[in-house]
Amino acid sequence: MLILECPYCGVMADETDLHGGGEAHLKRFGPGSSDDEFETYLFHRKNPKGVHFERWRHVSGCGKWFHAARNTMTLEVYATYSAQTTEPPQDVIDAVKAKHPDWEGYK
Amino acid sequence: MSTRLASGGRLIDRSKPKNFTFNGKRMKGYEGDTLAAALLGEDQMLVGRSFKYHRPRGIVASGAEEPNALVNLGQGDRFEPNQRVTTTELFDGLTCTSQNHWPSLEFDVGVVNNYAARFLPAGFYYKTFMAPAAAWKHVFEPVIRKSAGLGQVPTEADADRYEHYYHHTDVVIIGGGVAGLASALAAGRSGAKVLVMEQTHHWGGRAAVDGGEIDGQSVEAWIDATVAELEGMENVTLRTRMMASGVYDHGYVLGYERVADHTPGDGRPRHRLWRIRTKQIVTATGAIERPLSFAGNDIPGVMLASAVRDYAVNWGVSVGDRTVVVTNNDDGYRTALTLKEAGLDVPVVLDARPEATGPLAEAARAAGIRVEPGRAIAKVNGGKRVTGVSICLQAGEGAALEEIACDAVAMSGGWSPVVHMWSHCGGKLIWDEAQTHFRPDPDRAPTGHDGEAFVVTAGSASGPLDLAGVLENAYEAGKAAAKAAGGKAIRKAGPKADAEEAQPMAPVWIMPQGASIKKRMKMWLDYQNDVKVSDVQLAAREGYESVEHTKRYTTLGMATDQGKLSNINGLAILSDALDQEIPTTGTTTFRPPYTPISFGAIAGEARHEIFQPIRRTPMHQWHEDAGAYMEPVGHWRRPYCYAKPGETNEQAVNREVLNTRENLGLLDASTLGKLIVKGPDAGKFMDMMYTNMMSNLAVGKCRYGLMCSENGFLSDDGVVARIEEDTWLCHTTSGGADRIHAWMEEWLQTEWWDWKVYVANVTEQLAQVAVVGPNARKVLEKLNAQAGGGMDVSKEALPFMQWADGKIGAFDARVYRISFSGELSYEIAVPASQGRAFWDALLEAGEEFGVMPYGTECLHIMRAEKGFIMIGDETDGTVIPQDLGLNWAISKKKEDFLGKRAQQRSHMTDPERWKLVGLETLDGSVLPDGAYAVGEGDNVHGQRNMIGRVTSTYYSPTLKKGIAMGLVLHGPDRMGEVVDFPTVDGTNTVIKARICDPVFYDKDGEKQNV
Amino acid sequence: MRRYSAFAIAREAARYHTGWERAWKSPKPKKKYDVVIVGAGGHGLATAFYLGKNFGITNVAIIEKGWLGGGNTGRNTTIIRSNYLQDPSAAIYEKARSLYETMSQDLNYNVMFSPRGVMMLAQTEHEVRGYVRTAHANALQGVTTEFISPERVKELVPIMNIHGPRYPVLGALWQARAGTARHDAVAWGYARACSDMGMDIIQKCEVTGVRQENGNVTGVDTTHGQIDCDKLAMVVAGNAGHLAEMAGFRLPMESVALQALVSEPIKPCIDVVVMANTVHGYMSQSDKGELVIGGGTDGFNNYTQRGSFHHVEETVRALVETFPIISRLKMLRQWGGIVDVTGDRSPIIGKTPLGNCFINCGWGTGGFKSIPGSGWAMAETVAKGEPGSLAAEFGLNRFTEGRFIDESVAAGVAH
Repeated sequence: MLILECPYCGVMADETDLHGGGEAHLKRFGPGSSDDEFETYLFHRKNPKGVHFERWRHVSGCGKWFHAARNTMTLEVYATYSAQTTEPPQDVIDAVKAKHPDWEGYK
Repeated sequence: MSTRLASGGRLIDRSKPKNFTFNGKRMKGYEGDTLAAALLGEDQMLVGRSFKYHRPRGIVASGAEEPNALVNLGQGDRFEPNQRVTTTELFDGLTCTSQNHWPSLEFDVGVVNNYAARFLPAGFYYKTFMAPAAAWKHVFEPVIRKSAGLGQVPTEADADRYEHYYHHTDVVIIGGGVAGLASALAAGRSGAKVLVMEQTHHWGGRAAVDGGEIDGQSVEAWIDATVAELEGMENVTLRTRMMASGVYDHGYVLGYERVADHTPGDGRPRHRLWRIRTKQIVTATGAIERPLSFAGNDIPGVMLASAVRDYAVNWGVSVGDRTVVVTNNDDGYRTALTLKEAGLDVPVVLDARPEATGPLAEAARAAGIRVEPGRAIAKVNGGKRVTGVSICLQAGEGAALEEIACDAVAMSGGWSPVVHMWSHCGGKLIWDEAQTHFRPDPDRAPTGHDGEAFVVTAGSASGPLDLAGVLENAYEAGKAAAKAAGGKAIRKAGPKADAEEAQPMAPVWIMPQGASIKKRMKMWLDYQNDVKVSDVQLAAREGYESVEHTKRYTTLGMATDQGKLSNINGLAILSDALDQEIPTTGTTTFRPPYTPISFGAIAGEARHEIFQPIRRTPMHQWHEDAGAYMEPVGHWRRPYCYAKPGETNEQAVNREVLNTRENLGLLDASTLGKLIVKGPDAGKFMDMMYTNMMSNLAVGKCRYGLMCSENGFLSDDGVVARIEEDTWLCHTTSGGADRIHAWMEEWLQTEWWDWKVYVANVTEQLAQVAVVGPNARKVLEKLNAQAGGGMDVSKEALPFMQWADGKIGAFDARVYRISFSGELSYEIAVPASQGRAFWDALLEAGEEFGVMPYGTECLHIMRAEKGFIMIGDETDGTVIPQDLGLNWAISKKKEDFLGKRAQQRSHMTDPERWKLVGLETLDGSVLPDGAYAVGEGDNVHGQRNMIGRVTSTYYSPTLKKGIAMGLVLHGPDRMGEVVDFPTVDGTNTVIKARICDPVFYDKDGEKQNV
Repeated sequence: MRRYSAFAIAREAARYHTGWERAWKSPKPKKKYDVVIVGAGGHGLATAFYLGKNFGITNVAIIEKGWLGGGNTGRNTTIIRSNYLQDPSAAIYEKARSLYETMSQDLNYNVMFSPRGVMMLAQTEHEVRGYVRTAHANALQGVTTEFISPERVKELVPIMNIHGPRYPVLGALWQARAGTARHDAVAWGYARACSDMGMDIIQKCEVTGVRQENGNVTGVDTTHGQIDCDKLAMVVAGNAGHLAEMAGFRLPMESVALQALVSEPIKPCIDVVVMANTVHGYMSQSDKGELVIGGGTDGFNNYTQRGSFHHVEETVRALVETFPIISRLKMLRQWGGIVDVTGDRSPIIGKTPLGNCFINCGWGTGGFKSIPGSGWAMAETVAKGEPGSLAAEFGLNRFTEGRFIDESVAAGVAH
């Protein structure tokens, strides 16, 4: 039963109030993209054992999507942050590094 | 025999007798008794039969760890199998029966398994019952199923109710023994919000049984004073009869409160499931004594030494007149001393250690008890009750030195901390060589959302077993948890007890050390599942070396006690067999619940009508009153049809279709999704959402639109209306409003967040009625005439595929000239609050025009007659608009829309994709729903080649014949051809159908456009 | 290998069962094998078994980071059925089901395949239509199923409340020859047979790297050292993505937790497997008497083998409503496993971008029932270097082409 802080409304929200949305920071490929690009965008997912950047929606709360940096092995949540980002902001990277110095970084 | 002593029993009130029955026999106990204590008080040691060999089983323990004493409790709608008598509070009128025997507890035919035990070692069933092949299903399996299974099956639905309770707190303390209370003192004094839960109905745990002093007063007095102090703290909540069932991630704890198990039928909920979110958890869960493995250690009358002591002190029950104590540690002596003090006979204490020199051993000697160091039990004599023991050297092979008559054996194999709550979320254990047990490793605690430890152990759950050590450890644990949860620092000292001197225990895993295989086949590890020392050794010999393999091969620890008594002993035997250290072997995984919890409690209030909430339209009650047959659609219930008395549903549907086509029909369309999309970039956004161009829709007009997933598949459809320059209203399917709203939000928030668009779901703000049929305009005009004025609904003022705002009669209406039936049709939205009145007004005004309400099936037939597709019928998540001949609704001008790129992939443009056509049977019959059309021959899998399938099929009352739509290979190019649909009704018949245009009725659309 | 039989038990009983030999050996790895299979779960062991049995390839190592059968093979709800809608699924699951029928005899190990029948309840009109459609497709696929009435449902499962009130039972898709088996025994039976063919099962051996040359696999690095091979078969659940990354490619897949639970054992009360997809729950009764219960997956990536309680709650709620007599029974144990879910929720079997490296993964919630069929298809793929007919449509390329195998049409819940 995870608990994540919604960065919009500040609520420590129970998992039951949230909806998981899978990998964050996907780049959309539309018409004009190659088959490979499109397949990667639609189906290929990071599935790390460790630090993962993912999307959540505070669906039974403020309704906003947000991002979380979470560990899939320990379930530790390093940070939650705005969904309106194309990659994890530096302070989020720093928060992960602080707890997890041997982490290879966002790629 | 076991009996009630003349005096004693700190937990019972002898002035309040309670009557109960066991196997129909009337018995008596006292308030404060557990069922186990009451049974023992009535000399009922034999209480059940084991799982596999049907051996006689007696009570072994005094708490949640009891493996044997399970009964069928209660009757009828309050019947419950597998109830543990050691955790059942006695109440007046309790009835129970023993389990797993036939015809009776005393004489059980199943005991033949016991005599055949030599042929039924661990895993024997994997090695036999294989021939003849059919025998497993028809002979062996039914026999095995019937002989297994323990408790009886309830036959009636549950009479009780259950509830859930949500609780947020800083610190949860699990366990209300002296450790839990000491932790609670520390946490409570820090100001943190604290919840303390104790699984039994009394505070203090076992400490009062063992005696001693805390802060200069008796343990019992300290417990009372401490509970009083805690009760006085506003920040502390105390609950008894509440067990922590499990610890889940991020500080989530389930509390299982047995509110009314002991007061059945008093109107309170039986169980209350506490769903707790806490910052910190203190597990003050105590320790459990381990049995010793000697031959015949499962015979009724062989019990844990601590349990023997508990029964004497807590409930004034003697489990035997002559009790032999066998131990490998000091604690066993406490039992000997307690029994002696109660005036009972302790013929000998067998101490497996070479010397017995500790203060407790000395005290026993001083009390005149014979103490025999270096001795073991070679064998217990007896069948349904212990009659004596043979004594041997622990160091030898079991040659009997002496026979001692006794009617009970109290065994103590050392103590193991209860680590379940620590382990549920990944807390790790270390092996403590001195105490020979696994205990929590404080450096590897379970971690929470912030990566910090959120569980801390207290008291003997941490390892210390002496009162002084327990109190110190527990107070510190309470302080640490409170601090981590944000409590203030405290200076006040914790409770203290004097340190006790103790002689180290000795690891004794089998008794005697060199026991022969014959003896090892009589040493029980898991009493309920009948797993013996020899079984674990066999598993190791056969290569089932992982602890998980051994567990699963032998079923060790898989019984309803989940190995609380057997696991450590089993691990030790396995490690020895594999010649490896115990920590190398490791433990199996600890999983919730700690002890079994009722399904009723888990389900809570969600039963019957409120199993899931039902969404209701403003007209819902009218439909029910009209006797409509309702079908679930999403979370709504919609009228399928309105059968009149004497009418079948099918007749009703046909009547509704004909009446709507000939006169006037009303449909409650309120469930239809209604989303407002507004903003400067709304047009751009609409063009991405829909396959059609929506940005160029003129204000005041409507357009049918399609939405696809990014994967290209058709996901929803509906009519879009342009309300204002920057505002569109999107109709979605009935089940689709929330899904499509979420879909739009997702794109707006996570992809095009710089677009200025706002989406609102107004589905429930509006009631919507489809007024359909040749008389549709007349009824609206009549309403307008009645109210004076109103909206002009003429063809000229409001042509097909336009909408208008205004008044219909007295109602505020938005009227869409759209049609899903092919008839003249107005879909009229009014504020939800006016919905029912509007519906009533239409019915009243429509009477002269032949008005009838119609349901979803009529709606489906009329749309099928018109060849309109239905999301969920023609689509199933694998269909793209192109399959359905909807290319006209896919904009070629737009560079992009959701699904466009996907629809360019090779399989999506494959000419072999099945395409939508109409189908009519040659004989006019209705094609079976879901039928597949077959081509020539078989595919690579040897399956019949399929070339198409029926997606919608109905009897058309309008055309008086069956009509269908389907997806068929090369379908649109094969008009007029006949295809075969084999039936699956067992008749092996094939239905022939001709491919035709899917529009069966009014192809030119003249009727809707009037 | 000494055969198991009632006679063998009697013989061993005479010497107190001290003469039983190891079910499988525990060898040190050799330097090189023809085929190395990563993963000694049901699928990996079945792949090895059919490599030996069907293709005579026995110079095989099966390496396992934990203990054999310790992943999802040992933690599922043991349902075996083949009433799938799409042709390739129906083909491979029916192949598996038919192999289960003779598995005990084929392996000389009683896996307790119990063809007790599987029933999937239809509780909405939409579900009725979906299952009627499946029954039509199954008839043409050679899978025997039928759509049965609520009365028949009640007859087969007397403890069921078919009247709702929230979701009355409108009928069910019934596969009489589907059922359950003893999950651990499947892994153990295959392991014993593979070991007997001379294959090496190496437990507690974790792969740390995939060795390659000129685009072809040459071996693996493991915690027991380097092991060379001509061909590599990756047959793991929960870790497939991780392993693929070592080999330099990515998979269209995510790993999530799936939970299950059992009740305390009671005498027989339900003789078939019941699945209720609308309300999200399924239940059967084991030969020990426990009610075996499962539900849906969690909605986030997770490797902890723990799930969230609300899924258990949702499942139990559904089953108490469907079977009112279970309300006073108790949950004995709950657990979780990690399942790999692909983009279309169907498995992947076939070649990979790396030469001579083959993959079998992504069985999601349906892995146990497919074990023998999956092993059969994978063995053929590895032996021939190309997928055969059973595996062909399950290749990775389907995600590029948009040629999905989507079963969600017929089933909305995990099982």
